[in-house]
Amino acid sequence: FQNFASRLSCIIVCFPAPLASRCYSHGKVETDEEFDSRWVTYFSKPDIDAWELRKGMNTLIGYDLVPEPKILDSALKACRRLDDLASAIRILEAVKEKAGPHKDIYPYLIQELQPTLTELGISTPEELGIDR
Amino acid sequence: MLRLPSVRLGGLVVRRASAALSSPVRMASHEVSQTVDMSQPMYWDRVDTPLPDRRYKDILTDSEKSLKQKEKGPWAQLSKEEKIALYRMSFLQTFPEMKQRSDEWKTVMGGIFIFLGFTGLLVWWQRIHVYPQRPHTFDPEWQEKQLQRMLDMRISPVEGISSKWDYEKGQWK
Repeated sequence: FQNFASRLSCIIVCFPAPLASRCYSHGKVETDEEFDSRWVTYFSKPDIDAWELRKGMNTLIGYDLVPEPKILDSALKACRRLDDLASAIRILEAVKEKAGPHKDIYPYLIQELQPTLTELGISTPEELGIDR
Repeated sequence: MLRLPSVRLGGLVVRRASAALSSPVRMASHEVSQTVDMSQPMYWDRVDTPLPDRRYKDILTDSEKSLKQKEKGPWAQLSKEEKIALYRMSFLQTFPEMKQRSDEWKTVMGGIFIFLGFTGLLVWWQRIHVYPQRPHTFDPEWQEKQLQRMLDMRISPVEGISSKWDYEKGQWK
């Protein structure tokens, strides 16, 4: 995935999603849905190993966007398969950081991820008191 | 009979090796500084790369090891303290701790001003003790006579100074 457009993923309906694509003379631009499903598939690999999880997360955090809840959901489940609670909490911290000054993105993500968080027993950094 | 090493393709083994630190070595009469083995997986705290190559704590105590075993079961059974302990085993600093502001800038600005001040003192001393006396040709009286001489010699009469002087009226144009 060398060619990726820089954009804001359309998480909340009232926010527009400007798609600033690179100026290719030809070549398909990947849609948001394709991007999301590619990453969901990546983390959904049943026998994903720790390196792949780390590489995937670090790459994803490197993009100029906050990942969709479904991608994070897939990543958290991968952490569960790897018996790695610490990385799951770290992922939540990292996406909160990615939201930057947009303080309403992280609560939305947690709201969307709540079923998975409860199911897997992952505590948010706020619940653990390590968010200060 | 040669034992052929097995080659791992595809997935990589999670290396549990810590970054090897060599203790200060005494060579001759001085110490060599500690070196970090960069060929081993490293640990880091970075907001842009949240998951480092290795866990922070490599060598676990027995209680930590048993907690790691418990981690393999349902996470809902872990207490808050246990979850925090698992986090701290893997990571040294949380994101807020990483992003803590420091007062380093005050030290930096202070240092800059101190050096600027010291330089100012040097310049002042230099002006007093190094520079020669102000030449007498800078005195106003001398400057007037110099200008009059230039006008008398018709210096730069076309576009320069003498062209700006009105010789009939004896004043500047």
